[in-house]
Amino acid sequence: MTAIRAEKITRRFGEFTAVDGVSFQVEAGEIFGFLGPNGSGKTVTIKMLCGILPLSGGDAWVDGIDVRADPDSVRSRIGYMSQKFSLYDDLTVLENLRFYGKVYGLGGAKLERKIEEIIEQNNIRPYVNRQAGKLSGGWKQRLALGCALLHEPHILFLDEPTAGIDPVARRQLWDLLFELSGRGITFFVTTHYMDEVERCSHLAYLYYGKLIADGTPAALRHLPDMTPPGTHRVEITTEDVTSALRTARTLPAVRSATIFGRSIHALIEDSVSGNELGEILRRKGYDVEDIRSLAPSLEDVFVELTDRRQKELETPA
Amino acid sequence: MNAFRGLRAMIYKEVLHAVRDRMALVFSFIVPLFQMIILGFAIDTNVRQVHTVVYDQSGRSQSAGAQDAGTSESRAFLDRFRNSDTFHIRKFVHSDEELNEELIAGRARVGIKIPVDFARDLVNGDSAQVLVLVDGSDSAVAGQALTVSSQIALDESLSRLLPEHAPAPIESRPKILFNPASRSPNFFLPGMLAVLLLFVTTMLTALSVVREKERGTLEQLLVTPVKPLALMLGKIAPYFALGVSELCALLVFMRFVFQVPIHGDALLLTLLSTCYLFVNLTLGILISTKANSHPEAMQLSMMIMLPSLFLSGYIFPRENMPLIFFLLSYVVPATYMVDISRGVILRGAGVTELWIDALVLASMGVCILLFAAKRFQKMIV
Repeated sequence: MTAIRAEKITRRFGEFTAVDGVSFQVEAGEIFGFLGPNGSGKTVTIKMLCGILPLSGGDAWVDGIDVRADPDSVRSRIGYMSQKFSLYDDLTVLENLRFYGKVYGLGGAKLERKIEEIIEQNNIRPYVNRQAGKLSGGWKQRLALGCALLHEPHILFLDEPTAGIDPVARRQLWDLLFELSGRGITFFVTTHYMDEVERCSHLAYLYYGKLIADGTPAALRHLPDMTPPGTHRVEITTEDVTSALRTARTLPAVRSATIFGRSIHALIEDSVSGNELGEILRRKGYDVEDIRSLAPSLEDVFVELTDRRQKELETPA
Repeated sequence: MNAFRGLRAMIYKEVLHAVRDRMALVFSFIVPLFQMIILGFAIDTNVRQVHTVVYDQSGRSQSAGAQDAGTSESRAFLDRFRNSDTFHIRKFVHSDEELNEELIAGRARVGIKIPVDFARDLVNGDSAQVLVLVDGSDSAVAGQALTVSSQIALDESLSRLLPEHAPAPIESRPKILFNPASRSPNFFLPGMLAVLLLFVTTMLTALSVVREKERGTLEQLLVTPVKPLALMLGKIAPYFALGVSELCALLVFMRFVFQVPIHGDALLLTLLSTCYLFVNLTLGILISTKANSHPEAMQLSMMIMLPSLFLSGYIFPRENMPLIFFLLSYVVPATYMVDISRGVILRGAGVTELWIDALVLASMGVCILLFAAKRFQKMIV
């Protein structure tokens, strides 16, 4: 079953086109990672799919409902959580839950039962009477997610849900997302964390309003042109990465190179092997500890896609 | 779809906000009462006991000393000033320089100079001249001093011309209606209600929406099925209740602490005032569609406050304004509230006289609300 379908959706603000003919399809139960640099139109796309920003062109269906025709129904069927968590600091945990429940038309015994369920599921019982402003980031995020789940939406939009929270809370959130997606809930997630990107079951990459990649992580990693013919990838571990990177980039055999922690990921021509490259660097005085060949990471993929797109934009057709 | 969807949820939340917000409660009750005390006790528009200096040269001869100037005629004339409530003769001076100095230093507002031949002219039946210098830096004082001093000179002249105990040919018998004792609180406080209510309602509503913008919760609300109209009415509801309670507190205070009698129906006043409250609340919402931060909201609220102070007729009579401002005062909601308030409290006016004010206010409120709702929808982008 299809949870979200976008057909050439476009949004213009005056002369500026924020989202330009974007199409994709998200199946029910998927965790759909929607990626792209800041200002590339991710939030605008979410706003259009949530039925709060009219489309300038194209069509979209969310949970089977035509967003253009009936945005109100879309809004009552989806859940939404932004990185600000959007809780009322002066209201208690319980009051926040009651308010969001009422907003979605829940009331009476049903609301109380749902609240009970959310409290149980998120282990927030010790805090129910605490003001939301006094919770730590991780608890705030659980509460916000709880508020977004009260009305049992089939699709949940999470706009950078883990920005600014600690790694443990991030892991717990993802565990919860996997559990919920197992029950058939679809997640539309934006993030800048690459480890989170790897956890998504379906990815799409938006770059300045255009969709430039769409597929499962495995499919994207094996895109044929990620490692162009006649080249291969190596990882070089060295003490002085910054200076070694500068040097490596000057070598004719090196097509591109970037730093990952204490190592350099380089795309090099087949005329030079990894070991030979290591030798060259050693001769230039670098203490090369390790060299191994590498499959492209998702980050490599996005960097490569971005570069290529940028070059296309710079050279007029 | 139901245009008010989510209204009950909004009211639930807003009431909780309002109850927890100490500052809002202080703003709605303590501050206005405090302002009423200050204005009620401090402001007296009636001009009394104006400080006056006298330079009496009357009867002074070249040979005699300067100290013992004055004649029975000049003293009788000065007694008339003393007996009026308007003047308070604090000092006698002995030169023009001294007289000027007192006025420039602000120690006296009025200087009276009686010339050397004052008594002689009177006795001879010639016209005697008296110089009355009035400090024009306060127009209310100057006006009153001018009127009363002319009146005194006229009375003195008549009493000299007419035979003893003869009646004046025409006697005016003025009667001040509605506020016979000319008490300043009676005049000032009813108008002040409009200004005090404006402050709380407009600013608090604007701030309450802007706070949601700043915290990002507004963004969340827009993704829920809550309708803009329900969102706005939900915001308005608790401050409406707060405004009505504030009005009642102010009325009780005015009636029992300042002893301002309410000649009309207090319930009718409250009822008509709800229209005014409604306009102010919608203005607050309108401000919040423009302002994105607390300071911005405060300044925009101030922009609305000032015309209400000056154009509503609360301080300056509207009839004396230049035409353009007089016309402008018709779009200031406080104008109608001042009219309603003074009407009911001072003149004992009823629905027949005041329904039109209430109707104008209610229509203003509805228009502003719909306009704000339109702007609200555009704000999402």
